[in-house]
Amino acid sequence: MDSSIALILAQDGLVTGAVYALLAIGLVLVFSVTRVIFIPQGELVTYGALTIATIQLNGFPKIIYLQMVLGLYLFVLELLKLGKSVHQNIKNSSSNVQFKELIHNKEVEFKALIPSFLKFIFLPGLLWALLYVLQASEVLAQMGVLSQILLTLCLVAPLGPMLFKSVFEPVSDASVLVLLILSVALHLSLMGLGLWMFGAEGGRSKPLLELNLDWGAFSMSGQSIFVIVSSVILMIVFSLYFQYSMSGKALRATAINRLGARLMGINVKTSGQLAFLLAAFLGAFSGILIGPITTIYYDSGFIIGLKGFVGAILGALASYPLAACGALLVGLLESYVSFWASAYKEVWVFSLIIPALMWRSFKHARLLDEDESL
Amino acid sequence: MMNRQSTFIIGVLGTLLVLVIRLLHPPEFWITLGNYIGLYSLVAMGLVILTGVSGMTSFGQAAFVGIGAYASAYLSTACSMSPWVGLLLGLCVTIATAYFLGYITLGLSGHYLPLCTIAWGISLFYLFGNMEFLGKFDGITGIPPIDILGYELKSGLDSFSLIWCVIVWVGLALNNLLNSRTGRVLRALKGGVLMAESCGVPTMQYKLLVFVLAAVLAALSGWLYAHLQRAVNPTPFNLTAGIGYLIMAVVGGVGYLWGAIVGALLITVLNNWLQNILPSLLGQSGNYEVVVSGILLIFLLQKYPSGAWSWLTQTSRAVLAYFNVSFRSETDLAGSAPNRGWSQHSVSGLLNGVTGISEVAKHSDSFINNSNSNIKLRNRTLPLKGDTILSVNDVHKSFGGLKAVNGVSFELQAGQIVGLIGPNGAGKSTLFNLISGVIPVSSGSVRYLGQEVKDLPARKRAKLGMARSFQHVRLIPGMSVLDNVLIGAHLRGQSSWLGAIFKTNRAEEDELKELALSALAQVGLSGYGSLEATSLSLGQQRLLEIARAIVSGPNLLLLDEPAAGLRHLEKQQLQSTLIELSRTSGMGILIVEHDMDFVMSMVDLLVVMDFGTHITTGAANEVRTNPRVIEAYLGSID
Repeated sequence: MDSSIALILAQDGLVTGAVYALLAIGLVLVFSVTRVIFIPQGELVTYGALTIATIQLNGFPKIIYLQMVLGLYLFVLELLKLGKSVHQNIKNSSSNVQFKELIHNKEVEFKALIPSFLKFIFLPGLLWALLYVLQASEVLAQMGVLSQILLTLCLVAPLGPMLFKSVFEPVSDASVLVLLILSVALHLSLMGLGLWMFGAEGGRSKPLLELNLDWGAFSMSGQSIFVIVSSVILMIVFSLYFQYSMSGKALRATAINRLGARLMGINVKTSGQLAFLLAAFLGAFSGILIGPITTIYYDSGFIIGLKGFVGAILGALASYPLAACGALLVGLLESYVSFWASAYKEVWVFSLIIPALMWRSFKHARLLDEDESL
Repeated sequence: MMNRQSTFIIGVLGTLLVLVIRLLHPPEFWITLGNYIGLYSLVAMGLVILTGVSGMTSFGQAAFVGIGAYASAYLSTACSMSPWVGLLLGLCVTIATAYFLGYITLGLSGHYLPLCTIAWGISLFYLFGNMEFLGKFDGITGIPPIDILGYELKSGLDSFSLIWCVIVWVGLALNNLLNSRTGRVLRALKGGVLMAESCGVPTMQYKLLVFVLAAVLAALSGWLYAHLQRAVNPTPFNLTAGIGYLIMAVVGGVGYLWGAIVGALLITVLNNWLQNILPSLLGQSGNYEVVVSGILLIFLLQKYPSGAWSWLTQTSRAVLAYFNVSFRSETDLAGSAPNRGWSQHSVSGLLNGVTGISEVAKHSDSFINNSNSNIKLRNRTLPLKGDTILSVNDVHKSFGGLKAVNGVSFELQAGQIVGLIGPNGAGKSTLFNLISGVIPVSSGSVRYLGQEVKDLPARKRAKLGMARSFQHVRLIPGMSVLDNVLIGAHLRGQSSWLGAIFKTNRAEEDELKELALSALAQVGLSGYGSLEATSLSLGQQRLLEIARAIVSGPNLLLLDEPAAGLRHLEKQQLQSTLIELSRTSGMGILIVEHDMDFVMSMVDLLVVMDFGTHITTGAANEVRTNPRVIEAYLGSID
């Protein structure tokens, strides 16, 4: 291997590593806020990559149906909840006065349904109508790259909080293991749905930036630059968000101590939804970034997500910068190993977890946890 | 508990049943389905003892199945060796890898194990798929069938008989294992290791044991699979398969051994059905059954977040009760115990062989065997009256800048009851944890029977003869009162997991049970043995914790707020029990307590703390009038 190949491999490694780093950050965020190990983030990567590929071919992204069905399910759940409490109250109230008061209270509750209606029914419906019009007039493929990215994000990212609300929120106090099993079950379902939505052929989107830089022996594609620059920008934005914004601080507080955050008036469930929204956004965006680099199949996301995950574990599932560094390491290792022994690259990447775990288990040698909650 | 004969009889009956089914010649389709259900059940049974009983999750069982399959496939084709040699190799490789993986992950908090098994499952799949000598992704074909004494199991029906006979015997062996000294520890692992460690259980060893056992069952299934299928390729051993095994265990009711078979049956039949029906419903083919089974699993876990097992065990127990079968009838023994005159066991009976304060060798912390019984339970020599049991010298503990315990010294002698009191936040519980070994001291010394123990973990201190109760009661839900006490007697038994499987532990178990029953009688809980521990009132649960502590025959009993939640009469009874224990046996007792009346009237010595500092030590009357103590409790006048 000469230096030019080494440079190319390093560049490849950095590019994939940057994508893994975004995923690792999302995983750490979700785990620290909700204790969910978000394995289905990989599916959101697939969805992101294949949705933008579909849009570029002027196909109709079926993923909107997933959003609509989930929205409908959540809205029906809220309706049922309301109906139950109304029914209970009518049964309990005997006098007329109480009944009037009740009606007034219920009016307030019914009004509270309006935002959920907007979120779960109206917006997905609107998006569907927009897609329908755009596709029918064949504008979808002609849109600028940025609008395509934006549309993809609108289609995929809302799935995060919706999945959280429908799958994890009802059992948010369950043990990490139960949440993990749920996560794996969700991954299976989403992967199967991916096959239905995008077919088995796989897709590759067009480069986001048509550009090629040449410095003598060293050249760099616009796509690589786009990936690295946008990842760095995103990481900076995220760190600013966590440091300075109120909701970012609330997320951090929830991550450090759920009970304490609750006592300070932070709605832990809202924090969970926010964490899932951000993670789904990162997942979808990673998919958009990686789509032009490699062909993505309906089941590719899982392995990609897991590699982000190995990065996150190297960062001990706790620190964002460490997780990002771990992910970069994974990307570089993968790139160099695939040069020497491409068939074994997955084995190498996933074996990386073993020294990391060994180091952890010797460092935290046999702690007796006074309140082991698992 | 089933004794050895009845285990054997059920095993023989099960084997006969399998052979009868064989003679009936069911249609080929059912046989094939039955074979797969059997193979899956074997893996799922391993997951039941791993996940359901011990609370550890593995997504990587399919990889162990793969090792079992590939090891035998390779040896019997490339090296033309007998499948039995292949089985041996597969088991050896499995045990080695499982031991290694377990060793690096089982000490970490719970979610690292499942994560590690995911990575392991993926890695192994790619290894199988890329190794030249394992035939890459095409796998290995032309594997010979298993032969038993020259008879080759060629047909599906032959394999059916073998697979289901294996299941019958493995199931019975595991059932025996769960109803034993080892089984109790495995159940205790689920709620965290602190309580078990405090009873002297080396929890890491037991975690490793159950992890390796589950892997061995998976490998066994793989071996059977390879020789049934006569060909292997990497696909059935990938991560999705590993997840599938877990789903089977969860659906079947992961706390219940035979539920594994139910789960394997349900999932296999469901998948089979969905594979047939979904493509026609959706108008296109693909593996959509995973979508449906994924969603089903989500709903199942949402409805029963502690697991479908909790619901399923209850239902199956109700059904079993209806048919008057009891797989856990040791509880029956406990239930009938009060009528069988256990009350004759006095304190000296409990301490088995040690009659009060005797002339036996002093300071000996080694175990001696009692001679008047044919069962060799471990006993401990109690120190002579007046000997110093515990000596705490200038102990400090700080958490960052907070000095929780700041220089406390006191001594506790044999036969003494010492109370540790102080207002809230005085550092009593911290000091208690320093003595019991849950947290290490920052400086100072803790000497126990003349030996420095400050660097020993809780488990080692338990072995030396310390026993404790917990401020927040730590009992194992789902286990009977008697079984909870028996965990305390762990160190007095010796039988291994092999002894449990082959039922050679019976005499020891009976002896331990007698001890546990007399400990229960001691704290006034006789007759409650067969109830579920968590169904007791809080006060009774505290008494149960004390019974669990004294059944180990300790020299030093550490009690963390034992009277909280007890009614007046219960308190009086506890008081007299504790006084009797200390007076007659020479056991030293240290009590952390809020209830002044309770402490004052029974202790020989009071140690008072405030803000981590040791205020005074003295008899109850002295302390009561000490101005610094009054100030600490009531505040000063200025």
